[in-house]
Formats: sequence, structure tokens, C-alpha cells
Amino acid sequence: MRISKKVSLVVLMMFMLSILAIGCGDTSSTGDGEKDKAGVSDKADVIKVGINAELTGAVASYGTNARDGALLAIEHINAEGGVLGQELKAIVRDCKSIPDEAMSVSASLADEGIVAQIGPLTSGNVAGSTPMVMENQIPLIAPAATADDITLERDGSAKDFIFRVCYSDSFQGKIMADFAADNLGVKNVAIYKDASSDYAQGLADYFTETFTAKGGKIIIEEGFVKGDRDFRGTLTKIRGADPDFIYIPGYYEEVAPLIKQARELGIKAPLGGPDGWDSPDLVGVVGADNLNETYFTNHYSIEDENPKVIDFVERYREKYNKDPDAFAALGYDAVLLLARGIEDAGEVDPVKIQQALEKVTNFEGVTGTMDIDKQHNPVKGVVIIESIDGKQTMNTRIQP
Amino acid sequence: MLELMQQIINGLSLGAIYALIALGYTMVYGIIKLINFAHGEVMMVGAYVGFFSISVFGSHIIVAMIFAMLACGILGVIIEKIAYRPLRGATRIAALITAIGVSLFLQYTTVFFLTPQQRIFPQAAFTSQEYIIAGLSISNKDIFIFICAVTLMTILQYIIRRTKTGKAMRAVSLDRDAAVLMGISVDRTISITFAIGSSLAAAAGIMVGIYYSTINPLMGIIPGLKAFVAAVLGGIGIVPGAMVGGFLIGILETLVSGYGNSLYRDAVVFGVLIVILLVKPTGMFGKNDSEKV
Repeated sequence: MRISKKVSLVVLMMFMLSILAIGCGDTSSTGDGEKDKAGVSDKADVIKVGINAELTGAVASYGTNARDGALLAIEHINAEGGVLGQELKAIVRDCKSIPDEAMSVSASLADEGIVAQIGPLTSGNVAGSTPMVMENQIPLIAPAATADDITLERDGSAKDFIFRVCYSDSFQGKIMADFAADNLGVKNVAIYKDASSDYAQGLADYFTETFTAKGGKIIIEEGFVKGDRDFRGTLTKIRGADPDFIYIPGYYEEVAPLIKQARELGIKAPLGGPDGWDSPDLVGVVGADNLNETYFTNHYSIEDENPKVIDFVERYREKYNKDPDAFAALGYDAVLLLARGIEDAGEVDPVKIQQALEKVTNFEGVTGTMDIDKQHNPVKGVVIIESIDGKQTMNTRIQP
Repeated sequence: MLELMQQIINGLSLGAIYALIALGYTMVYGIIKLINFAHGEVMMVGAYVGFFSISVFGSHIIVAMIFAMLACGILGVIIEKIAYRPLRGATRIAALITAIGVSLFLQYTTVFFLTPQQRIFPQAAFTSQEYIIAGLSISNKDIFIFICAVTLMTILQYIIRRTKTGKAMRAVSLDRDAAVLMGISVDRTISITFAIGSSLAAAAGIMVGIYYSTINPLMGIIPGLKAFVAAVLGGIGIVPGAMVGGFLIGILETLVSGYGNSLYRDAVVFGVLIVILLVKPTGMFGKNDSEKV
């Protein structure tokens, strides 16, 4: 008994020593080398990509669709041989649409050794996640966070590790103002914004700036707050001002009942909004007829005839049995951009990837061909979506 | 003038919903002196029951409403039995805290089982139609909600004023000990009060579903709080006061959005609560006896 115990102790010690040796990384010995190699190669063959998305909570439809798009991209890349000969592996986590949660999700993803993070979707949640990825020096590619400041430090220089594949709010607000003034030819505009969100506030400001510079007039500006469901009082007031066009920056949860109530009150003016409108819930709540003559700026259109888009839409439909929205497309592009960054870097190292991402030009994504500028924003076109009988159709594409 | 009339119409539909919820607050307060903060959540459960009975069983809107009212009536009785009855002898603050606990419990149980995502209330259940009468736009939803609310309130008044159960409720509310001595079953009367109050909330939940098209697990919080303000405004514990208070708060809200700043709407409503509590805590219909508050 005593002897066998001693023997087992010696074996155990040898085992521990061998683990130490493996830890040092220099193991050319035979025997346990086989096992060890398998372990290392397993790690090296896979590039871990963290997906930190809003799978539940207020903007769950953004997060789930972007995740689906990202997973499709990963599947596509792996089917074509991966990146640098290695497969991408997604680690998907739910940040519950809460900035604090986005931060802790980033921390746990960093612990799992991801090389880059895709998501979260909204600007607020990206801002929540930012300190954690900056600290761990992991590039974050935001698919749809449009607030101007998420990629910027206070002094206006770019935040090293934060990138995005969507355009920023200032650009989006400006394009809608251009569209309203030039294409729709409206003069007197009402703004009814989500006053509780920086996103909508920023959009309203940029819209006003461009629109008044073009000689238009903002005749009335009103606000609502997140969670509001009754807009009749304010809408009746806006109806009294008789605008030619109403700009409604906000998210679909509030905007959908708002548009419905506006139409019920007999407001027939065309309505415009930002990418926050993009959700199937919009037509579900408002109804196809009432949604006619509404326009919103978006990142891509399912009707785009670009072969890249057609191919993406086909594969997405096949895999998920539904149509991809802009968030799916942006999630897809975020992964493609990351793959391009890894390829340009030539090795799987977060800091090298970050340096490569900064220099990306002429990247062809589903949401357009883009260059990454000094502020880590993509330079690309905007699509104006018009709803016709419940169908999202592409009205026009505006290049910067 | 036209715009003012339109705003009042807007306010009446909203007010009808607040009034129905406020009735539940006031009835429960009148009888056991408890502010049932879980009441807004009962409304939310009612909206979900209606949602599922329409989307799963394809029932008519009226059937769905009756079904939701029954379900929530039972839920109300269960809540009272499990959460409030054991605390009947305890301090009022203990019961109040429990009510908040029940409220959170209902919210997050729904979140857990049904996800926090909003759902679209089946539009097919109620084909909306707008009428323009003398420049005022009125939809059949407004009319439906108003008629339903008035009918339910009339039935409630009948129950309270003309039936034996109603008499028992009034007696228990006036003096519980004396009521026991007169052979009234207090437990049974309280259960019935919860059942009636909760089923009115369920009806309100369905109306919110029809009127605002979407429902979610946290939808009960704000209307619940505003209905509470309405109940206090009318005089908590007084049934006609809750009705009037509900309509007043609804109209006040739309007028603030229409003529003031829509962002101050909630502040004004809760400001009313503060003013009422400072100036006339017994509410508009309250008698000035110091015992009540």
C-alpha cells in the first residue's frame, strides 16, 4: 500500500512537471508531445471572435439579426477556407440591451481569449463596452452604433480600438435633410424626436442644421420620451401647425405607435426617420396603408442589385428563412471587415489587427464599398428606404 | 376650438383607461386600506391573456376581454390570499412593501416566461376605422373604449349600490369589526373586491392593447402610477372619485402635451399628486375626516 502510494505520488509529480514544461512552450520531447500538440493546434486553428449583442431587451431585434448576419459571415468565411488558414469561431453573448451588461460581457469575452469583438448594436451599449475592450486592447467593430462620439476621444482623435461599419449620425441627419429638401421639395418641417436619447437628439440637430442652411424652416419641434405610448396630444398640436414633412428621429418601439396615431389623426404629410425605424414591427403595428409615404435613411436595401447583396440575401434567406434587415447586413459586414483586417495583419494578434483595420481601403461589403477614415468611420453611401404598401423599397442611394 | 375639442377626445380615451385602473386601486384601498401597487401588473397580465386568447384561440375581442377579466379576477383573489391576507394584522407599511414585491414578481415572471420583447397586439381583432365628424377625427377605437369603460363602471356602480355583495363591501369598508358582528364574511367580501378590481384592470389592459397596438411586460408601471394619481385626485377609497379622477388626468395629460411641452406631461401629473396631498389629501370627493389618511 505504502509503496503504491509513493509511486503514484512520483507519477503525479512527473505529470505536474510535464505540464510546467508545456507551459514554457518548448516541448519537443516525444511521448506526451502528441497530446500536447493536439492541445496547442486546437487553439491555433481557431480564431475566436466575440459577439456581444442585444439578444433580449428593448432593442432585441437589432441584436438578434446582427448576430445572425455575423454567424452567416463566419460560416461563409470558414467554408472558403477561413482566414490565414484558420477557422473563425464565434462566441455569442447577450448584453440584454443594457450598457453595464455590455461591459461585463466584454470582460468575460476577453477572458475567453477573443481577438476581436463584434457589437454591441446601439451607441449606448458600445460606449458601455468601450472601456473594457480598450483596457484589454481588443478591437471592437460596432455594426450599427451611429453616435458620432463612440469612436472619438474627447480631443477628437480616434479611440484606438473602436471601429464601425455604419455611418455616423451627423451624416445620416444631413442626408435626410438633403433628401427632404431636394427630392421631396418640402419647406416647412416639424421635428418630433425622442428627447430621451442622445441618438435622436443628435439627428434632430444635424437635420436642422442642414435643412435650415438649405432655406427650409423648422416650424415646430416637439419631443417624447422612451416608453411613451400616447402621442395624440402632441400630434394634434403638430397637425395644427400643418407641416409638409415630419422628421421623427427615434427607435421603432415608440415610432411605430406614433406613426399609427399620426395617421389616425389624419396627418397625411410624408414622414421621415433614421435607421432606428428599421424593424418588421413597424409595418406590423402601423399597417401597410398607413406606412405609405414614410422614408428612412438606412445602411442597405434588400433590393440592391449589387451581386454581393444578391448573394448575401440568398444565403441569408436559405439559412434563416427570413429576409435580412440592415442590422443583419451590418453584422455580416462587421465580420467581413474583421476578416480583412486579420488578413492584412498577417497574424492573429489583436494589436496588429487594430493597426491593419486603421488602413483598410476599398473594402467591399454588403452595405457598400468603404474606406476607413482617420476617425475609424467608414466612408460610404446611404440608402433611402421608402415604404410602399408595407414593402421596404429602395428610393435612392446617396453617395457622400 | 376645433383643436381643443380634438384634444379632449384624445384625453377621454386615455382617461377611460386610467379610470378603469384607478377603480381597482380605490376599491381595494376603500376596503382594506392598502395601496395595491401590483395593480398595474394585473392590467399587464390581462393584456397578455387577451393577446394569447386572440392570437392562439382566435377569439373575438369581447370574448377575449371577458376571458381576461375572469383570469385576472382569479389572479387578484390568489394575490390577496397568498400575499396580503397573512399580513392583515401587520402594519400598513409591511403590506405596502409586499405589494411592491408582488408587482416586481409579476413583471419579471412575465419577462422570464414571455421574454421582455414587445408584442404586437393582434390588429385583426379590431379593425380600426376613422370618422371625421365636423373636422374632428374620432376612431371606432375611441368609441369602443369609451363605451366599454362606461358600461363597466355602470355595472360596478350597480353592484356596489344595489346588490347584497355591494352592501357587504360598503359595510366592511365603513367598519370591519361591526360588519363581522353583523354576520358578514369579511374574507369573502375582500376576495370579491380584489376579483372585481382586478378584472376591471384586465379590461383596461385589453384596451391598452387595442389603443396602443403593442404590449410588453413592463407596460403596467406608468399607467399604474398615473391611475394611482387619478385615484388620489378623486379621493382614494371613493369609487365615483376614481372615475372622475381618471378622466381628469387623461384630459390633463393631453392638454399639457397639446398646449404646453410634451416633455413636462409626466411631471405635471405627478405634480398634481403632490399638490393634492399637500392641499386636500382626501381628494376632490373626500370628506374632511382626519381618520382616513
